[in-house]
Formats: sequence, C-alpha cells, structure tokens
Amino acid sequence: MNQPYDLVRARPEPEFEISVDGAPVPVIPGQTIGAALHGAGIRSWRTTRIGARPRGLFCGIGVCFDCLVTVNGSPSLRACLTEARPGDRVSTGARAGQVGPGGRAGDGDGTDGGKTVNGR
Amino acid sequence: MKPLYDLAVIGAGPAGVAGALTASFAGLDVVLIDAAPRPGGQYFRHLPQGFNAQAPGALHHGLDGFTRQWETLRARADVLLGHKVWAVERAEGTVTVRCLEGDREERPRTVTARGLLIATGAHDRPLPFPGWDLPGVLTAGGAQALLKGNLVVAGRKVVVAGTGPFLLPVAAGLAEAGADVRGVYEANGRLGLARHPLLAAGKAGEALGYGASLARHRVPYRGRHAVIAAHGEGALTHVTVARLDSAWRPVSTRTVECDTLAYGYGFVPQLELPVQLGCATRADADGSPVVTVDGGLRTSVPGVYAAGESTGVGGAVLAEVEGRIAGRSAAADLGRRVPPLPRLSRRRDRLAAFAKALLEAYPVRPGWQGWLRDDTLVCRCEEVPLSAVREAQDLGAIDARSVKLLARPGMGWCQGRMCGYAVACLAGEDPAAPRRPIAQPIRLGDLAAPTRSPLEG
Ligand SMILES: Cc1cc2nc3c(=O)[nH]c(=O)nc-3n(C[C@H](O)[C@H](O)[C@H](O)COP(=O)(O)OP(=O)(O)OC[C@H]3O[C@@H](n4cnc5c(N)ncnc54)[C@H](O)[C@@H]3O)c2cc1C
Ligand code: FES
Repeated sequence: MNQPYDLVRARPEPEFEISVDGAPVPVIPGQTIGAALHGAGIRSWRTTRIGARPRGLFCGIGVCFDCLVTVNGSPSLRACLTEARPGDRVSTGARAGQVGPGGRAGDGDGTDGGKTVNGR
Repeated sequence: MKPLYDLAVIGAGPAGVAGALTASFAGLDVVLIDAAPRPGGQYFRHLPQGFNAQAPGALHHGLDGFTRQWETLRARADVLLGHKVWAVERAEGTVTVRCLEGDREERPRTVTARGLLIATGAHDRPLPFPGWDLPGVLTAGGAQALLKGNLVVAGRKVVVAGTGPFLLPVAAGLAEAGADVRGVYEANGRLGLARHPLLAAGKAGEALGYGASLARHRVPYRGRHAVIAAHGEGALTHVTVARLDSAWRPVSTRTVECDTLAYGYGFVPQLELPVQLGCATRADADGSPVVTVDGGLRTSVPGVYAAGESTGVGGAVLAEVEGRIAGRSAAADLGRRVPPLPRLSRRRDRLAAFAKALLEAYPVRPGWQGWLRDDTLVCRCEEVPLSAVREAQDLGAIDARSVKLLARPGMGWCQGRMCGYAVACLAGEDPAAPRRPIAQPIRLGDLAAPTRSPLEG
C-alpha cells in the first residue's frame, strides 16, 4: 500500500532490517520498532502475565506500556517510542514486559516497577 | 547547555514552541525540552528524515507556520529533543528539571531555570469495553501517530469510533492514506457537517475538508452509534456496533468486519509534572482535571506557567495562543518590558469558550458502563475485570482510591493513565489529578543518583 507515501510525496531511503525473534522485519530509517512491526502486519508481540493475552500497539505514544519489547538485551522498552536501528535484535514474549536486571521503577505504590530489583 | 536559564519549556508541541519563541523574543534565555526525537507534539508530529517527504504538510493544516516558528526558535534558544522529563522540583526561586536523554541508553540530564512553562499536552481517553485489549484495537491518536510519524496505515479495514471532532481527521487521514474505512461511529449526536461545531470557530475549511474527504471515500458517518464489543481469536476480526439511546444504552446491534479499530472518547491532559510541583488543579467541563491558571497562564506556583492541553483540551490553535500568552507572562514576571496585547487574550477567550462548548457537545454518557461484562478488563495492565472492581465496592470501597487499593486497577505499568477515567466513573466520581512522583519510567540506578549538575554527565 503506497498511498501514504504518495500523499506526502515521500522518497524513502533504502530499508534496513531488524530481527524480531529471529525473523527479519523491514524498517524505513527513522521508524519506531512498533511502527515497523505493525506495518509488517505483526499485531501482537507480548503476552500478559496473568491471562497470557496477546498485546501490541494500543496508545501509540508511550503511555499504555502494552508494546514492551526487549532490544539487544535491554528489557521493557516501549516499541512505539524506540527508533529502530540497523541490526537491532528484538525479542518479545511474556518476559519483555517483566522486570529483570535493569528493571524500571514505576511509582512507589507497588507496580511491576521492581522495587526489589537492582538498577544498572 | 547553560547552568541557569531564565525559562525552561517542557513540550515541543504548538503550545511549547510558541511559548518558548515568544519568551525568547521578549529577551529571555530559553531552553525547550521534549521527549520526542522531533518537534511538533501530537498535532504537528513530524516524519523522520528517512522518508524525504516533499509534501509533509499534506498530513497537517498549518504546518508551514509551525515550521517557521521552530526554525526561528532553534536559532535563538537551546533545544533538547529526546529528553524525557521524569521529575521537576522548585526551591528558592529555581526550578530543577530532571531528564533522561536517549530512547534506550539513557543518560540523566538536569536543567535548571528561574521559570518553567509546562506544555506537555494530552493522551487519548479510551473507555473499556469487551475486547478492547485485542491486538488491532488502537486509540484514535495512536492510529494518527502511526500515520503522521511513521507513514504506517493502521489497518486495511478500519472502523473509527468514540466521540468528539477528533474522529473526523483520524478517519479522513486513514481514508486518504488508503485504508478502507468501514464507518465512523460517533456516540453523541451527529450534528450534521453543516452544523458541525468546528465551523463555529472559523475552521469551516478544515471541517468541510474532512467531510468532503469522507464523502469522497464513501465513508459512512453515524451519530448515536458506538462500538460496544470487539471480537477475534488473538486479533481483531469484527466489532459489534450498536445504535444508542441518549444515555448510550444499546438499542440495536450489528456486526462490522474489520481488522482495526481506532477509537477515543476525548483526551486526558498529562498532569504529573504540575502536580509534582503542587500546582492547583480544577475539574474541566468534562470532569477531567486540568491545571488552574490565571489570564496570563500562571499556575498557582510562582514562576510556573502552563499552556495547551495541560490547561484544558482545546486543540492546536488554542494551544499556540496560550503558549504565546504564557511566554509573555514569563518575560514580564522576570522584569522584561512586555507591552500589553489584549487582542491575544480576547482570542484565547473566544477559542476557550469554543473548546468548552465542544466538551459539552461531546460528553461521555454513563450508558457505556452497561457495555461491560463481568469479565471485561477495566485495567489492561493488571488485568482487573469489572467483577473485581464490583467486588471491591461490595467489600466497602467507596471511592476510586479504595477500589484501586483493593482490586489494583491503575497499579500497573501505565499507572492508571489508560483506566483512571473509567475507574473514577465506575466509582461515581470525577477523576482525580494524578499523583505520580515519577512521570516517566526510570532505571533504579538513575533514581538513586539524581543530583548531577547540568555541566556534568
Ligand atoms: C496521540 C494524539 C494524536 C493527536 N493528533 C491530532 C491531530 O491529528 N489533529 C488534531 O487536531 N489534534 C490532535 N491531537 C490533539 C492534540 O492534543 C492537540 O491538537 C495539540 O497537539 C495540543 O498541543 P499541545 O502543545 O498542548 O501539546 P502536544 O502537541 O501534545 O505536545 C506536548 C509535547 O510534550 C511532550 N512531553 C509530554 N510529557 C513530557 C515529558 N514528561 N518529558 C518531555 N516531554 C514531554 C510530548 O512529547 C509532546 O511533544 C492529538 C492528540 C493525541 C494524544
Ligand atoms: S503503544 Fe502504548 S506505550 Fe507503546
């Protein structure tokens, strides 16, 4: 579907690839990982902790935290905000949204935010 | 970066850029900070360079004006893009802004200034309904952000639903970009494009443009209709569309096939930073908490100003006018000579009155609560179903706060940004201003060592 490109008369730079759980996904330089996945028809890339529900993009602007991925070993990044870089290795699945070493703090009232976790 | 600026502005949307530029013209030393890698905020969201778009303005009305302001500002002020602000403090007349630079290898940065303009905008306000967490269900703003920021069309067969004038540009944008938009379902009355409130604000061209675009693509636009359920195994395949009565109770239903739903019931201003500083808030016409400001966009905290959606949802034009007023106030309060410009205040009053009329014309009616089933998730993060909220109420939770303590809605990753409004409604109250000591997620190591001077690191 090239219509959005025609709309703004885009002459995109050559695509590069990132690997998502081992599979190649094409990216136009500057796109976020979330947009590249969604654009490639991949609608979900994480499952929830309790109900194992599939999740992908929802808010698209970094507020819902549904789209979490692990990139090159860094966990819990918001795919919708994280600009893809050539050669990025994205891993998904239930663990992408869980706190591991280097976890992130949410607020002080007992979120996933990993009070028990050491920072980097 | 300088050790002390006159004014720090947070947010590079229409409000922040206009405010920063105005303050800089008035003689202030200004720094503008935004989390995004490119300026524009939500409305003027820019495409990455990699697209080499020759006609980026096709996606926004008035982009040229914004671009001129931005280019001028860049030459006059310090601009810190890719800087997420996670906390602000104020002591002895100085504001400290704590940021994280970068979207993955984050580095802490601290900015200090004598004054602060908060122009952090809003996010979508979704309502929960059965199936709202299925992949393929997006917020309306999310679909817009995919298009404006990434040239990704949210889906092939798309339904647009919710309430408010924002549904029109979203649907028109999707249709122009090649999506098959199966319908726009406005839960409030469809006022008829000729009587559409956008026309009243002299935005006739814009509203008619969206209307013409929808007509050209044969997109049906129905009032008193809503998507009350989304269905599919693992991904969206169809939605239940209901005709509603005036309280939003379903009267009749039918099924519409689609792979994507883009929906929203208005916006929620992002208030964690003004709340951290102790700025007073008030309930807006739609019950949403917003920052209380005077005619000069001063908050209740000296030296702290707010503009744009932070002071009430009103769109890009009002945001820009407010930014200019706030920039002038900040300069005047620091002793710069700023001649009065009553025309600007009158313009703001007119636009603000119109924004209030819009909020009143597109309210959220209580009938949506009847769309939920016992097992419908109210909180997506902690996966709290309606039944758990009701159980908490049966156990004696009398307000949203105690529901949260007992059933945990709003305690997960998004900290209630997605479900806070709905939980407040279910508890029968207006949503409270958010108390989030950390506005952006942060690694614990950075949290432990927040005092670094601006010249280090
Ligand atoms: C997803 C979305 C899409 C929208 N699309 C449109 C549209 O297409 N047309 C339309 O008319 N209206 C749209 N709107 C409505 C929009 O709110 C207004 O039109 C307008 O952009 C408001 O201007 P503003 O300057 O108040 O805030 P915004 O334009 O929202 O700008 C706020 C800026 O603050 C930054 N920010 C917020 N918090 C932080 C922080 N903690 N640290 C650093 N930076 C921060 C953000 O990155 C953003 O750039 C959209 C809203 C949303 C939420
Ligand atoms: S889609 Fe909501 S945070 Fe990324």
